[in-house]
Amino acid sequence: MKANPDAPLLQVRGLTKHFPVRGGIFLRTIGQVHAVDDVSFDLDTGETIGLVGESGCGKSTVGKTLLRLYDPTAGTVFFDGRDIASMSRIELRRLRRDIQIILQDPFESLNSRHTVGKILEEPFIIHGLGTPAERRRRVDELLERVGLDAGAANRFPHEFSGGQRQRIGIARAIALEPRLIVCDEAVSALDVSIQSQIINLLLELQREMHLALIFIAHDLAVVKHVSDRIAVMYLGEVVETADATDIYESPRHPYTQALISAIPVPDPTAPRDRIVLVGDVPSPIDPPQGCRFHTRCRHARDDCRRSKPALTASSDRATVACHHWRNLK
Amino acid sequence: MAALLRVEELSVGFDTEDGFADVVDHVSFDLEAGETLGLVGESGCGKSVTALSIMGLLPKPAGRIHGGDILFKDESLPRIPPDRMRAIRGNRIAMIFQEPMTALNPVQRVGHQLAETFSLHEPGLSTETVTRRSLGLLEQVGIPAPEQRLLEYPHQLSGGMRQRVMIAMALASGPDILIADEPTTALDVTIQAQILELLRDLQRDTGMAIIFITHDLGVIAELCSRVVVMYAGRIAEQAPIGPLFTHPLHPYTRGLLASIPRLDDEPKTLLTTIPGSVPGIEELPSGCRFVNRCPFAVERCHGQAPVIDAPAPGRKVACHRWREVNAGDAEARST
Repeated sequence: MKANPDAPLLQVRGLTKHFPVRGGIFLRTIGQVHAVDDVSFDLDTGETIGLVGESGCGKSTVGKTLLRLYDPTAGTVFFDGRDIASMSRIELRRLRRDIQIILQDPFESLNSRHTVGKILEEPFIIHGLGTPAERRRRVDELLERVGLDAGAANRFPHEFSGGQRQRIGIARAIALEPRLIVCDEAVSALDVSIQSQIINLLLELQREMHLALIFIAHDLAVVKHVSDRIAVMYLGEVVETADATDIYESPRHPYTQALISAIPVPDPTAPRDRIVLVGDVPSPIDPPQGCRFHTRCRHARDDCRRSKPALTASSDRATVACHHWRNLK
Repeated sequence: MAALLRVEELSVGFDTEDGFADVVDHVSFDLEAGETLGLVGESGCGKSVTALSIMGLLPKPAGRIHGGDILFKDESLPRIPPDRMRAIRGNRIAMIFQEPMTALNPVQRVGHQLAETFSLHEPGLSTETVTRRSLGLLEQVGIPAPEQRLLEYPHQLSGGMRQRVMIAMALASGPDILIADEPTTALDVTIQAQILELLRDLQRDTGMAIIFITHDLGVIAELCSRVVVMYAGRIAEQAPIGPLFTHPLHPYTRGLLASIPRLDDEPKTLLTTIPGSVPGIEELPSGCRFVNRCPFAVERCHGQAPVIDAPAPGRKVACHRWREVNAGDAEARST
């Protein structure tokens, strides 16, 4: 399936995205929002990487830069062995068949004046695929696959509940049989009983279609449930990566430890030894020097304020960016 | 001792384009002084409308209480004159919301808004007293550099800080009851942890009762001593916190608890689900409202609404078949 059988499907190296902040009467650039700084990871066919972190950590910007909805400031993204930054418009068009995105609120991304049938047919028309009859048959198959009845094709997005709209969003994302789907807070707005249905649908589709998934969410329990590996982000940087189970059982970075301990567990008898972080996340316009987490870290020492810890291997399958991770408990 | 607040057979409806719709149907529960009661359920279950009814804040004229009663210290809130209600609302019973920006005035400084709260409930305080008390409140809710915050506008504060300001305003009059409607839902998890800890500390220090409304059973487990589970406008189950999580009786509670992804699950396994979705108010089934999604539903469940059973002290369940549903469990446990 791959151009180079040894290379991963997706290879992200040093991905950086800064947004200019303009001010003054001439709207000159007066600063940069460091949305994403030096993010690297690999992703294989059929695999899921979870990107987790709080608001403003840059997880969504990573997803959107991968689709080249934003142009990266620095770094490279290789998809199937080709650099997406240097792709021509024709190549990008092909790329967008292979990489799809599912957003938190599909209603915002579904044209409210088109029927669901038309919305789902559109990807085939844009890419010039199939005859009208074939396209309509595909639409019916898609609806059935995501658990909606065929009658849904003649109805409009507003006639559906949040969970059903997300099914429509998923149907559209899988229409062109992509190889990678970015799920950006795809289940975050859904009620618990609907959320589990959509998570199961995504897991089933991944198995059937050998999809690679990038699962972006702030809910660590959800991310852990769907991911093979997890990257924890803080203020634009990856602070820790590990296998999903490993990161929960033995988090190494103090931020990951605090994040896990902050999750309310649906069990009143669970022990609560919570690490409550003081203060708020600093502004990404002027992130702290040294380790970006040092302003909220209970283990911070002088060297944390001065020098930035590099992301280094903590085991053969995990990395961590902390000067002192070995000495923390 | 009589309960601090009694909600008795409360029914609330709204005028819609398709006629009058029942949003809350015969809901009853008590709130004791100093306790934290959780009101949990998914969108449209009626938990927020119940809270707004207690506060006398139902949108008028569309929404109205058409049955039952709400007794606060034996006074019927729906029946007292508006003047008297204004003296209770915000003063004896205060409320905080999910999005503080909608409750805070964006064009007035935090200090001004706090001062306004004081002057409403205790007219005639001197400016110095108001400033001193405002600073005290901001400190109490854990806001750093309170002198500076008094001069700031809401948009200059982070989401967590805004929620703290709103809590400070709610506490200004030392209320008997704080109704918290999803106050941490829009916050990041580390900030949520801060606010939950704050609420717990404040309750310990002031002895106020809290009604905590949320869809998050994790937050419920952490904060509440008793729980009311609502579904489609009715109470499904009511229980002390421990038994609710160890032996949920209603099929909806059981399904809800089973469908939450947990940190100690094996990754990439299929979750237990509740099929279908919550019925809209125009398509509520007759009989039990959970009937279309319930794996245990039988003929009877379609035909008649279940009566509320009280299987143990402090426990209530509205299900025709709760005994049979849970008998299977008991057998499974004993083998």
